[in-house]
Amino acid sequence: MATILMESVIHLRSAIALAGQFPVLAGVDLTVRRGETLVLRGPNGAGKTSLLRVCCGLQPVSQGQAVVLGHDLVADRSEVRRKVGFLNQAGFLYDELTVAENVRFAVRASGGRKDRVIPALERCGLGGRLQSTAASKLSTGQRRRAALAVLVARWPELWLLDEPHAGLDAGGRDLVDGLVREARERGVTVLLASHEHDRAAPLADRIVLMAGGQVMGERAVPRQAALFPDEDAPVAGAPAEPAPLALPPDPGEWAPAPEAVNVA
Amino acid sequence: MLRDAWLVAGKDLRIEIRSRVATNQIVPLAVLILMLFAFALGPGRQVLAPASSGLFWLAVLITALLAIQRSFAVETGEGAQDALRLMGLDSAGVFLGKMLAIAAQLVLIEVIIGAGVVFLYGAALHGMVMVLLSCFFGTIGLAAAGTIYGALAAGLRVRETLLPLLFLPIVAPVLLSGTKAWDAALAGTVSQGWPWIRLLGVFSIIYLVAGVVSFGPLMEAA
Repeated sequence: MATILMESVIHLRSAIALAGQFPVLAGVDLTVRRGETLVLRGPNGAGKTSLLRVCCGLQPVSQGQAVVLGHDLVADRSEVRRKVGFLNQAGFLYDELTVAENVRFAVRASGGRKDRVIPALERCGLGGRLQSTAASKLSTGQRRRAALAVLVARWPELWLLDEPHAGLDAGGRDLVDGLVREARERGVTVLLASHEHDRAAPLADRIVLMAGGQVMGERAVPRQAALFPDEDAPVAGAPAEPAPLALPPDPGEWAPAPEAVNVA
Repeated sequence: MLRDAWLVAGKDLRIEIRSRVATNQIVPLAVLILMLFAFALGPGRQVLAPASSGLFWLAVLITALLAIQRSFAVETGEGAQDALRLMGLDSAGVFLGKMLAIAAQLVLIEVIIGAGVVFLYGAALHGMVMVLLSCFFGTIGLAAAGTIYGALAAGLRVRETLLPLLFLPIVAPVLLSGTKAWDAALAGTVSQGWPWIRLLGVFSIIYLVAGVVSFGPLMEAA
């Protein structure tokens, strides 16, 4: 167990998280190794975003075991936050501040280096006059790019990306893909939740299928296959791919996911 | 903690300067309140001058509510509180930063309302030290209590209406002791004002310490 904890960046065992009385995570078992890129799939309400929120210390774990980057989230979930980058769908920016001020504040507040802000903005396509533009005047895609710039400037150990391609143009989507690949090459662990399988699968070392707040199955993606993903390959433990707009299938119909330790 | 406080205060003040809510809405409201009091009580300075202590602090309390609501409104946008928590800022630092930004706005409001009661109501401030001390402790107390209750109400849908209900009864000691201290300063009987200054000081320290200790759990709960 101690070895697993040392090697893994995320280690969840029977993790239960509640939103009020409702279990958004209903006993998740998941281990993610350092440098691994893991794609989370599943229908709406499957628990993908909740899993990401648990991993960054925003959502408390009510029962079970949850260790992220060596921090026991059941005991204290605040310490892990500065080591984690969470790109959520809100991509929050203060409307009255400029793009550069927003990113500079986020980077400084999270203990990052100020001198990385401008290169990060330029890399994310927010160079020149856009840097001094008020956030209220940005398009949705530009706001996403600004949120990405915070991630690039901070370059944390663990990236948690919730629908990172949403709201971006083709160039923005390529930017996300390029950043995730670079992060993987540099040993960063990435957890990516996405409904856009075509886009996300080529980035994955492993794909995990979720439904009803549980991990239903998973499949390792060989690096070669990751470049040319076989869309027909079944996910281990799952009988069939859920239809994009179908209601979440009954988790009871699926075989349990293999032990993460064996697969990882 | 102090670094985080400075960072948050700088951010909040920059937002307020850009949005101009303080200068275009809160300050004009303060002046309007002073004028409305004059309409209600009558234009004669013989009526307004003796009441100017209470009217000053009442006007400060009402406008402070707006500054507090505004301070937390910018943090309740889509995912904003999550963002603030994710940055890993020290919770005591966030409390002190937001409190300092609110206090800075209160100082501006107090200067304008203070000038208003002197020029409109004809109040004569004899004990300036007492006036300044009561404003100093009153500002700290109002900003500290306002930051705590602002955070408490921030996560609720009814925050705009709930905050006054939570905040105003709690800061009644500021209204009472601030008014008594000003009364002493206006009457030139400064010695009678010191117990009230002490009460203001105790109130400020209690809420300052309570905020530093409790702001972390409050942020998580909100």
